[in-house]
Amino acid sequence: MKLRFPPPFLSSRGVRLTGDLVFQAVLAGVAVLSVIGLAVLLLRELVYGSLPAISEFGLGFLTSTEWNPVRGEFGALPFIYGTVVSSLLALAIGVPLSLGIAVYLAEMASPRVRAVLSPVIELLAAIPSVIIGLWGIFVLAPFVREHLAEPLMSYLGFLPLFEGPAYGYSVLTASLVLAIMIIPIISSISREAILAVPRLQQEGALALGATRFEAITGVVLPYARGAIFGAVMLGLGRAIGETMAVTMVIGNSPQLFTSLLHPGYTMAAVIANEFTEATGELYLAALIEIGLVLFAISMVVNVLARAITWRYMRVQGGA
Amino acid sequence: MKGKIEVRELNAGFGSTHVLKNISMSIPENRVTAIIGPSGCGKSTFVRCLNRIHELVPNAWVRGEVLLDGRNIYSQEADPVDIRRRVGMVFQKPNPFPAMSIYDNIAYGARIHRMKDIPKIVERSLRKAALWDEVKHRLKDSPASLSGGQQQRLCIARALAVEPEVVLFDEPCSALDPVATAKIEDLILELRENYTIVIVTHNMQQAARIADYTAFFLMGELVEFGETAQIFENPRDKRTEDYITGRFG
Amino acid sequence: MPELEWRRLKDRLFTAFCICSTALALIPLGSMLYTIFMKGFSVISLSFLTGLPAPPGEPGGGFGNAIQGSLIVVGIASAIGIPLGIAAGMYLGEYPNSRLSRAISFTADVLTGVPSIITGIFAYMLVVLRFGGFSALAGGIALATMMLPFIVRTTEEAMKLVPWELREASLALGAPRWRTTLQVVLSTARFGIATGILLTIARIAGETAPLLFTAFNNRFWFDGVMQPVATLPVMIYTYAISPFDDWHAQAWGGALVLVTMILLLNMGVRLATGRRW
Repeated sequence: MKLRFPPPFLSSRGVRLTGDLVFQAVLAGVAVLSVIGLAVLLLRELVYGSLPAISEFGLGFLTSTEWNPVRGEFGALPFIYGTVVSSLLALAIGVPLSLGIAVYLAEMASPRVRAVLSPVIELLAAIPSVIIGLWGIFVLAPFVREHLAEPLMSYLGFLPLFEGPAYGYSVLTASLVLAIMIIPIISSISREAILAVPRLQQEGALALGATRFEAITGVVLPYARGAIFGAVMLGLGRAIGETMAVTMVIGNSPQLFTSLLHPGYTMAAVIANEFTEATGELYLAALIEIGLVLFAISMVVNVLARAITWRYMRVQGGA
Repeated sequence: MKGKIEVRELNAGFGSTHVLKNISMSIPENRVTAIIGPSGCGKSTFVRCLNRIHELVPNAWVRGEVLLDGRNIYSQEADPVDIRRRVGMVFQKPNPFPAMSIYDNIAYGARIHRMKDIPKIVERSLRKAALWDEVKHRLKDSPASLSGGQQQRLCIARALAVEPEVVLFDEPCSALDPVATAKIEDLILELRENYTIVIVTHNMQQAARIADYTAFFLMGELVEFGETAQIFENPRDKRTEDYITGRFG
Repeated sequence: MPELEWRRLKDRLFTAFCICSTALALIPLGSMLYTIFMKGFSVISLSFLTGLPAPPGEPGGGFGNAIQGSLIVVGIASAIGIPLGIAAGMYLGEYPNSRLSRAISFTADVLTGVPSIITGIFAYMLVVLRFGGFSALAGGIALATMMLPFIVRTTEEAMKLVPWELREASLALGAPRWRTTLQVVLSTARFGIATGILLTIARIAGETAPLLFTAFNNRFWFDGVMQPVATLPVMIYTYAISPFDDWHAQAWGGALVLVTMILLLNMGVRLATGRRW
C-alpha cells in the first residue's frame, strides 16, 4: 500500500496543498476572464463597431451637428450637448434636494420616522426606468407644460433659456425626470455618511455656540464630504447613462437647443431610438460610436468619482 | 458668596435612567473646581448640563435650575446658542475638525459669532493655549498633523476664541500621555485668572494639583464640596474618605 | 441682538428646506404608485395576464407572452451571470490581498456603472450580428453583462464579512483551503450572497434598453432561444409610445405587473434581512 502525501507548500497563511492551488487558480481564472475579459471584450466590440464611422468622420464626429441619416452625415455634438446639459441640470435640481433629505433624515427626523421614510425613498430607485418614463409621458410632461413651462415662458421668455414655445416633451421635463431618478441614490448614501459622522464632531461645533444649521453646514457635511461627493458622482454617472425615461420625455430632436423648454436628444436616447432603424453600415457605426463616446464619458466619471472619494476618505481617516 | 454658576436642585437623566439627583452647588468665579468620583457617578452628565449639551442626546431630560450670573440657563427666554458661547467645553477626546486647517478650526467659532479681526483672535487664542509657537508657521496645515496633546490644546484654543466666561473640561487628559497632561494642567492654572474652570477628572492627584475647589460625586449625588485641601486632608463624609483613600473607585 | 436673530432665522429656514425636500421627493413617488395602480388595475384580468397581444388598432389582447419572455430572458441571464459572478466574487473575497484582486474588484466596480444601452450594443455585436437575428439569447447575454459586475461585488462583500477566525478554525481542523471556502465560508455568507442575487435580478428584470435590439419583440409566444421574444419592459415601452389609447391603458397594466413583481422582491429581501436604517 502506497501512501502519497502531496508536498506542502508553506505560505504565510499556513500549509497549502495542490488542491488549494488548483482551486485558487480556477477561481482566479474565472474572475479574470469574466470581469476583465468582459471589460476588454466590451471595449473591443464598441471600438470595432465604430471603426467605419471613425475612419469616415475622424474627430470631427464629436463637433459636427449634422445628423442626417439620409445623406449619410453624422455628427455627435447635439447628443453630447443634450446629455451634458440634462445631466448637469438634473444635478443642479437633485443634489440640493438630496442633501436636504439626507440632513432631514439623519439629523432632524426621529429614529422612527427615519426608519420608515428611508426605505420609502429608496423604493423610488427600484422603479424601472421605462415605468418612470411612462409616468413622465402621461403625468409629468403635461404638468410641466402647463404649470412650469408656460409660466416660465410668459415671465422669463425674453431669456433665450426659457424661450417659447413651451413644450411638454422638453429638456426641462427630462432633467426633472433624471433628478427624480438620482435623488434616491445621492440621498441614501449621503444620509449614511452623515449618520457616520462622530457625535463628538457635532457636539464640538454646538459647544462653541453654533446653531444646528451652522454645525451641520460647517462641520458635519464637510466631514462627510468624501462620501457625499462620491454619491453625487454616482448620481451623475446614472444620469448620463439613463436611457428610457429620458427618451420618452425629451422630445428626441437633434438640435443644439438654447431653451430648456424645447426638445433635445441624448446619446443614450438616440441609440435606443434609431438603432433598429439604422440602414447601412455607416449609420450603425455612427450610433455605435456614440455608444463608445457615452461609454468613455461614463467610465471617466466613474473612475474620477472613485479616485476623489478615495482621496477624501484617506484624509478623513476613513469617514 | 454667589458663585459664577449656581446649581439648584439639578436632576437629569436619559429616559427612565435618573443620572443626577438633586445636585445643588455653587461654582466660584475665576477658580478651578474639580469634579471627582468613580465611573458612572454622573460627573460628565453634570458638566454637560452646564452648557446645555446634555439635552442634545435623544431621550435626555433635565429638571432644576442652573444660574449663570444669576440667570437660569434653562428658562424659556434663554438661548442655548448664546449659553454655549459663554460656557465653553473641551472634550475627553480631542475633536479638531478634520476638514479645516488649524487656522480655520480656531476661526470657526469666531466667524459664527461674527467677531472682528480673526487673525488676531486666532493668534491670541493659540498663545493662551500655549500652542502658538509650535504651529505659527503651519497654520494652514491639517490638525491631523498634530500630536494628541497638541490637538487637545488646539481644541482649548478653539474654545477660548469665542471668549467664553466659563470653560468646562471633561476629562481632558484621559487620552494623553503624562507630558502632554502636565502641559495642559499648567495651562489650566494660567487660564484660571480670566476664566471660571470646571474640570471633570477621574485622577485624584490631578484634582489635588490644580483645583481650588473639589466636588465629590457618587451615584448621581453630590456627596461633598469644599476647598480641595479640606476634601483631601479632612473629608467630612465617610464616603469621601473611602474614595480618597482608594477603598473603591 | 439682530445678529443672533438672523442666525436663528437661517437655522429655521434650513430646517424648513430639509423638510420640504423630503416632502417634495415623496410626491413623484406617490404620484407614480397612485397612477400605476389607478390606471393599471382595471386592465388586469386573466386574459391580460395570459393572452397574446392584439394586432395594432384592434382592442383587447394581453401581455402573456411578455411576462413569459421576461422570465425566460432573466432566466438565461441568471444562468450565465450567477455562477460566474459567484465564482469571481468568491475569488475576490477569499484572496483579497493581491494586486490582481484589487484590479478585478476595481474593474467590476467600474463596470457596474456602464450605461444599460451599451450592454445592448455589446450583445448585439456579439450575438445578433453573428447569428443574423434578434434572439432571446442575445437579450439574456445583454442582461447577464449587467448582472455580472453586481453579483461579483455583492458576493465579494458578503464573503469578506465572514470573520477570518472562522476560516482559521476550519483550517486548524486540517481542512484544505478549498473545502474551507466552499463548505464553511460560502455557507456562512449564503444569506448575503442570495440577497445580492435577488436584488440584482429585481434590477435587471425592469431593464428595457439592453433588450431593445437584442431580444427585440415578438407578438407570439416564446419560440426558441434563437428567436426574438417579447418582454415586459419592451412591451410597456412600445405600447406607451404608440398612438393608441387602448395600448396606453395596457402599458399601465403591464407597468403594474412589473412594478408589483419588483417591489415585492425588494421588500421581501429587506424584510428578510432586516436591514437597519
